[in-house]
Amino acid sequence: MSGLDKRVGSYAEALDGLQDGMTVLAGGFGLCGIPENLIAEIRRRGVRDLTVVSNNCGVDGFGLGVLLEDRQIRKMIASYVGENALFEQQLLSGELEVELTPQGTLAEKLRAGGAGIPAFFTATGYGTPVAEGKEVREFDGRHYILERAIKGDFAIVKGWKADHYGNVIYRHTAQNFNPLAAMAGRITVVEVEEIVEPGELDPAQIHTPGIYVDRLIQGTFEKRIEKRTLRG
Amino acid sequence: MALTREQMAQRVARELRDGYYVNLGIGIPTLVANYVPEGMQVLLQSENGLLGMGPFPTEAELDADMINAGKQTVTALPGAAIFDSADSFAMIRGGHVDLTVLGAFEVDVQGNIASWMIPGKLVKGMGGAMDLVAGAENIIVVMTHASKDGESKLLERCSLPLTGAGCIRTVLTDLAWLEIDNGAFILRERAPGVSVEEIVAKTAGKLIVPDQVPEMQF
Repeated sequence: MSGLDKRVGSYAEALDGLQDGMTVLAGGFGLCGIPENLIAEIRRRGVRDLTVVSNNCGVDGFGLGVLLEDRQIRKMIASYVGENALFEQQLLSGELEVELTPQGTLAEKLRAGGAGIPAFFTATGYGTPVAEGKEVREFDGRHYILERAIKGDFAIVKGWKADHYGNVIYRHTAQNFNPLAAMAGRITVVEVEEIVEPGELDPAQIHTPGIYVDRLIQGTFEKRIEKRTLRG
Repeated sequence: MALTREQMAQRVARELRDGYYVNLGIGIPTLVANYVPEGMQVLLQSENGLLGMGPFPTEAELDADMINAGKQTVTALPGAAIFDSADSFAMIRGGHVDLTVLGAFEVDVQGNIASWMIPGKLVKGMGGAMDLVAGAENIIVVMTHASKDGESKLLERCSLPLTGAGCIRTVLTDLAWLEIDNGAFILRERAPGVSVEEIVAKTAGKLIVPDQVPEMQF
């Protein structure tokens, strides 16, 4: 790793410095666009008491679900969870804490965290359990609640292609939360399917500019499909 | 006769207009896509970041990187756009989606909706539902009029934790098409062969019955 070349030599190096109790922001929606190999590396490192921010928490045996097996996650901030039995079990036993957050609010919290905005007002959740304990303000006759931004010690992101500078493009709907997680990490680690030479990517088509990216690695991906649905 | 799932989807589809951007929830709302009238262009928004969602893929088109908000594999139509989750909810929260169709456990005469949490049961989360109901001007809630035990789901006040407050104005049940205004349900249409009396009996919240309540035609 030197200068603006963000490439690192191994997954161990990619997550160097990750410690117990840290907050990790993970891209992905369901199993689509998840940083599979970085998740596997977190498991290998055995760090514990993590707060994980991700739209979902994987399934049994895949995605973020593998971090439940050795009880590495203490708190999950997500919009929809429980596709896995282990998650349910740890939630009910009190080993795992969950902060359910509306999907759009979660996305905006990450965006705001990366954009230097500490909090924002949204109508989402007003009058619901999500609003409990939050400041309410009225603008133009409508009620809004104050939501705080989220930042992470690490962001783990899955891209399609990137150049050495860490300019990333995503493929299809595997984009989802990835660019937002990338913005909000103090150390943002991106794994991609292919690292290309600078100049190969059209600058106007970059989704995540390299300024947000600290470490970059090329990996191979299983890309498991959660709900394989074909035309009848 | 209560409406079938397909008839409910057909009835909702009559509210589509040429050029609409529409978000369809999971279940019956998804079926609305099958009844877009001939010659009308409607683009479907999927909140994981796809505008212009197409049909499910063939085996050859199957792609792990192309899914909908229900995590099913889908395709993108020519002219589709793909974006991140913050942009997706900017569209939703910003009121740019013309019509949102979603399910619910309960609605009440104040336009409150409960659709995500049953205390005592495992709560999986609200996903994008709270953002959708807070952001859309035009929402149709699609649900059965009463539970399997015959308990009304159209209430004076929702008993379950809310998804959104004061945001629902239109409800389609298997028995009726209703509007919500001024603290009451207004019965606008009834399912073929369903009597006004049956609807009155199965509506717990205040219900206004106009002189004429036409039957839906299919």
